[in-house]
Amino acid sequence: MPASDLSPLRLLDRALKSAAYRVQQYFDLLGRVLVSSVSRPFYGRDLTQQMDTIGVGSIGIVALTGLFTGMVLALQSAVEMRQFGATIYIGRLVGASIVRELGPVLTALMVTGRAGSGMAAQLGAMRITEQIDALETLGVDPVRKLVAPRFLAALIVLPMLTVVTDVIAVLGGLLIAVVKLDLTATLYMRSVYQALADTGFIFRFIPIDLVQGLVKPFVFGGIMALTSCYYGLSARGGTEGVGRAATHAVVTSSILILTTDYLLTQLLIALLIE
Amino acid sequence: MKAVIELRDVRLAYGAHVVLNGITFSVHRGETLCVLGGSGVGKSTILKLILCLESMDSGSVTVLGHDLCSAGRSEIFKVRQRMGMVFQGSALFDSLPIFDNVAFALFEHTDLPLETIRERVREALAFVDLDFERVGEMLPSELSGGMKKRVAIARAIVHQPEILLFDEPTSGLDPITTRKIDTLIVKLRQELGVSSIVVTHDTQSACRIANRVALLQAGDIIFMGTPQQMLAAENPYIREYLE
Ligand SMILES: Nc1ncnc2c1ncn2[C@@H]1O[C@H](COP(=O)(O)OP(=O)(O)OP(=O)(O)O)[C@@H](O)[C@H]1O
Ligand SMILES: [Mg+2]
Repeated sequence: MPASDLSPLRLLDRALKSAAYRVQQYFDLLGRVLVSSVSRPFYGRDLTQQMDTIGVGSIGIVALTGLFTGMVLALQSAVEMRQFGATIYIGRLVGASIVRELGPVLTALMVTGRAGSGMAAQLGAMRITEQIDALETLGVDPVRKLVAPRFLAALIVLPMLTVVTDVIAVLGGLLIAVVKLDLTATLYMRSVYQALADTGFIFRFIPIDLVQGLVKPFVFGGIMALTSCYYGLSARGGTEGVGRAATHAVVTSSILILTTDYLLTQLLIALLIE
Repeated sequence: MKAVIELRDVRLAYGAHVVLNGITFSVHRGETLCVLGGSGVGKSTILKLILCLESMDSGSVTVLGHDLCSAGRSEIFKVRQRMGMVFQGSALFDSLPIFDNVAFALFEHTDLPLETIRERVREALAFVDLDFERVGEMLPSELSGGMKKRVAIARAIVHQPEILLFDEPTSGLDPITTRKIDTLIVKLRQELGVSSIVVTHDTQSACRIANRVALLQAGDIIFMGTPQQMLAAENPYIREYLE
């Protein structure tokens, strides 16, 4: 390599260019997925299969995540609240933090670890064994056949999984409230409801918190599926490349989910509450 | 005769490594072209360029009258439906049973009833000496390498394409099956007028099936002609290759 190629500026320039190129490819993929999602042919069987893999397959870990998060939230807040004799507000605290934030984010992160890595590894293996090329050769668009079903499945399934997390987390909090803090179940549940009622309602009966808590996983699902498929499809270099694709998929998806969570919260607060 | 595949001054390099240095050739309707050459000279790359799976640095590729460089995605997919390709590593879909693998193009692009599709798959598998009843429900991972290769050939011919591209279709196969597949390629050409490009390391089999042979070395086609001309050639590299 000539010396000029190693100058810091040039290296920076090259790194920026390749990053810009990847971002462009990512949005190009998004565009193609969106077009494939609303035009024929659809791959319905692949969609249901993916909903099964991502959704049904994740219920177990999502339930566990919810249970322990709810329990630990109740336990932790009890310490503070006891000082003020305010343990009856524990339901509020658990309800608000779970429905608004922890439910969507934790569910998305768990599903990314489980299903996102799987997607990236599967598509990556198909890429390096030329199965993606074979699909194209047989006149089938891999984006339509492989990416779109995963993307749509994640959009549909993630809000559902989030509801599972939310419900079980609230029940986990209930368990602690009743068993360790001697609250009655009614008192706890009323306080959970208060948390949701606090921020107000849309159309008089849908709590804004719940809307917020379901818009987020919808977006997170899309990010998770798109990012994982992107890394899977661009896998290079043997089995090592497949492993790399899976790792990148999980890391990048997680970071994007956390960043988007912040931006989305700002946006939703501005739109719904203010 | 009309050219169904035409490459014009195709150049491709990976970084500083020049793989194809201005390749020009064409394949006529109903012709079999065998591509010979050492490992890593870019034989598979040429097939991928023809299928538009890889993009080149300069030059043009025309397939069935379509200029693939300027064609949109949907046009490329249309052209691909008229071609069949046997990949070097078979590239069977490992989540699908053999039947679905072979029937893939029929399920995707035709409205044929299931019975007809089964019949076509049975025929295609019989062509490569595989028993539909025995292997139909098996997964690719349950087959041997040679069997996978034969399934890949069945998958490429089942939709009766006009152009077939074979990447080492007979490597790893026994002599009897090799001869059968050679016969199959000749038969497809004679009976259905299929044009094909066959990448192979087997000069004997190339001489049996080819109308013309191309020999690739260091990014260039150093020989193009009939098998007889190749056998009579005096170029030292060709002689060494044939030994
Ligand atoms: N993605 C890639 N990045 C860098 N180099 C590549 C890439 N793909 C192929 N090459 C290089 O291109 C050259 C041609 O590869 P190709 O697979 O076409 O060879 P081949 O003639 O089919 O060889 P073989 O007979 O062993 O199959 C090789 O030298 C390879 O190193
Ligand atoms: Mg090759």
